[in-house]
Amino acid sequence: MEWETVIGLEVHAQLATCSKIFSGAATAYGAMPNTQACAIDLGMPGVLPVLNEETVNMAIKFGLSVGAEVAEKSVFARKNYFYPDLPKGYQISQFELPVVKAGTLTIYLDDGTEKIVGITRAHLEEDAGKSLHEDFQGMTGIDLNRAGTPLLEIVSEPDLRSAKEAVAYLKNLHTLVRYLGICDGNMQEGSFRCDANVSIRPKGEQTLGTRTETKNVNSFRFVEKAINYEVSRQIAVLEGGGKVVQETRLFDAVKNETRSMRSKEEANDYRYFPDPDLLPLVISQAQIDAIRETLPELPQDKQKRFKEQYGLSDYDANNLVNNAPLGGYFEAVVKQTAASPKLATNWIMGELSAALNKADITVENSPISTEQLATLLDRIQDDTISGKIAKTVFECLWEGMLDVDGIIEEKGLKQVTDTGAIEAIIDDVMANSPEQLAQYRDGKDKLFGYFVGQVMKATQGKANPGQVNNLLKKKLCS
Amino acid sequence: MSIKLEDVVKIAHLARLSLPESTLEQYAGQLSNILAMVEKVNELDTEQVEPLANPLDNIQRLRKDEVTETDQHNAFMQNAPASEAGVFLVPKVIETIE
Repeated sequence: MEWETVIGLEVHAQLATCSKIFSGAATAYGAMPNTQACAIDLGMPGVLPVLNEETVNMAIKFGLSVGAEVAEKSVFARKNYFYPDLPKGYQISQFELPVVKAGTLTIYLDDGTEKIVGITRAHLEEDAGKSLHEDFQGMTGIDLNRAGTPLLEIVSEPDLRSAKEAVAYLKNLHTLVRYLGICDGNMQEGSFRCDANVSIRPKGEQTLGTRTETKNVNSFRFVEKAINYEVSRQIAVLEGGGKVVQETRLFDAVKNETRSMRSKEEANDYRYFPDPDLLPLVISQAQIDAIRETLPELPQDKQKRFKEQYGLSDYDANNLVNNAPLGGYFEAVVKQTAASPKLATNWIMGELSAALNKADITVENSPISTEQLATLLDRIQDDTISGKIAKTVFECLWEGMLDVDGIIEEKGLKQVTDTGAIEAIIDDVMANSPEQLAQYRDGKDKLFGYFVGQVMKATQGKANPGQVNNLLKKKLCS
Repeated sequence: MSIKLEDVVKIAHLARLSLPESTLEQYAGQLSNILAMVEKVNELDTEQVEPLANPLDNIQRLRKDEVTETDQHNAFMQNAPASEAGVFLVPKVIETIE
């Protein structure tokens, strides 16, 4: 039977505020345990939560960027469960009335098509602390620094149909929250986490199958693996005549599989009710309008602009949009060069990105300035050097040499475009390769490449490749 | 709507309350009475009434995003039955994974 995969994602984005959502404790990552947990975060008797205005602004920003309605009135609710890293015995979240209502996010798939993914809602809530299960002589250690850190939980519709689509959605969302400046997106530090709801159904079936929720997937690669594992597991269960059980599962990155978390079963009764410590959150139209004014160019708009203004492919545009600093570098280069944006893209996504990756530095710290790269591209464009020789110049620039024209001069890299000179070399090569010449004239066309190679070798790669091709064709046939 | 004994057991477990077997009947009766009282609301037409999130007729005040709390973990640790190297210690919790 042919199966269809149905995926919905819940993303928890830690909001990039200085202080916590309901207290004035700091949110910096990596501090000594419990040094950033105040009486409110610890759930001491008599304390009251007071909402951080910046978290509300960030939620509004997000809502506007996905075309969602921002709720005029939303309500905080208590989600009740017991766990040692949740000192109050409840998490303050939003349930019936979230701050951000339904919206959409457009994703770009590998085959070049666009897909609009529904966002059901986004709501504000507090994070829990961390449980440390090792090194405490049979006890569990609790660090409450993270308790009370603001989260925006972003829930998608079950619109995604494959692990690849899920990853594309996540990457777009990841780019979006960083563009908005509401989340640093650091997945290793848990600033951007994802739970995947996965179910399968016979192709063509309208009703949804029973879903499982896989938690703890903290990289794009793991999301893809966890979903693919879960899909094959569910297919095996159903084709074996069994039933998929609705449950929470945990992804094990070492064994590459998901496993049932039995303990969560009976706990899934959270008895939400409005938190009496917090009044309804009311957002005025004036506040929404003011925040709309502060929105940056959104990734989806930049993607469109890069395609229209520079004639880039979806693929190139997407790469440059997802890495905003690289996109900025690209635009600066294009402004300073007569070469095509496509050539600039190829060099930035190719040589430059590879060198940056290898040296493990970001483009902001690139040893090659946008001006230098622009000049290099100009020299390719005006045929001073070939694209191949340009790589040598690029390496010199990377090593700290400054002047593109100086390097070309000093190293004698200038392209040979003198027809007479190239013809003389071709004559030489033909004279030295009588055997190959005979075979070529006998119809062994493949040997053309041999002659090109010999000419390039004789000119140390400096002959203009287009000219060499044309002249060779003429000479070999005559 | 009446509360059955097993409902009492479940609610008590969710709230981590340990109820003696002998008291279950009594609680079931009391809880049922409370529900019966709330049932009264169903006799009213509430179609036009907005659900009440808070009895105070006011809206949430917000605070500026500023760090105002200092590190007092040594003081807070005094309340903990057990601690080590700055972390609170609790009986071992392990997610039971199949």
